[in-house]
Amino acid sequence: MNALAIIGEVLVLIGTFFYLLSALGLIRMPDVYNRMQTSTKSATLGSLGVMVGVGIWALGTDFGSAAWLTKSIVIAVFLLLTNPISAHALIRAAYKSGIPLWEGSVVDKYREHLEAKERGEVEEAPAEEGGEE
Amino acid sequence: MIGINVYLALIAIATLLSMYRVFRGPTTVDRLVAVDIMTTITAGLMVLFALYYQRMIFLDVALVYAILAFGGVIAFARYMEGGL
Repeated sequence: MNALAIIGEVLVLIGTFFYLLSALGLIRMPDVYNRMQTSTKSATLGSLGVMVGVGIWALGTDFGSAAWLTKSIVIAVFLLLTNPISAHALIRAAYKSGIPLWEGSVVDKYREHLEAKERGEVEEAPAEEGGEE
Repeated sequence: MIGINVYLALIAIATLLSMYRVFRGPTTVDRLVAVDIMTTITAGLMVLFALYYQRMIFLDVALVYAILAFGGVIAFARYMEGGL
């Protein structure tokens, strides 16, 4: 049990804990938008922890090599890139198929945007200037 | 190497809680969000299995599984929007 194995094991513990938190948010939250919000972010963070942790943990064992860390970082970066895309596509499908918001939700920016666009008073996104500060 | 059983148990509990939402969820998108989370958790499970059985080839299985799950979720989301 050397230092690399201990670091990797701690990372894997954090990652699986965040997996558990994302599943808890999935059964706790009141509507589909809140469920996506809580579960996707924590599951992405948990995946990062588990995969980088397994890579580092394998370096500390006798069968491990550098390819373990490389492959697990590849998987982690892929999940980090694609999880927000799939969540965004799912939740846009939910909104367009007419699922109502929870009655406690107070703001709906997308509907305000659509109504402003119907009235023809939406200005195109004020592009890159001012986006830097 | 003993602690890996604890992590596999945590992942099993998380998958069971997601299965509750898959069976219960009132709308279709609820079930799809739960399945999306389950595929993410299962990719992590495959990576842990690679360490458990000391086979590096399981990491490739996890990568291919993640790619296929992403394509499937995107296809279902497009289908729910009305145009595939």
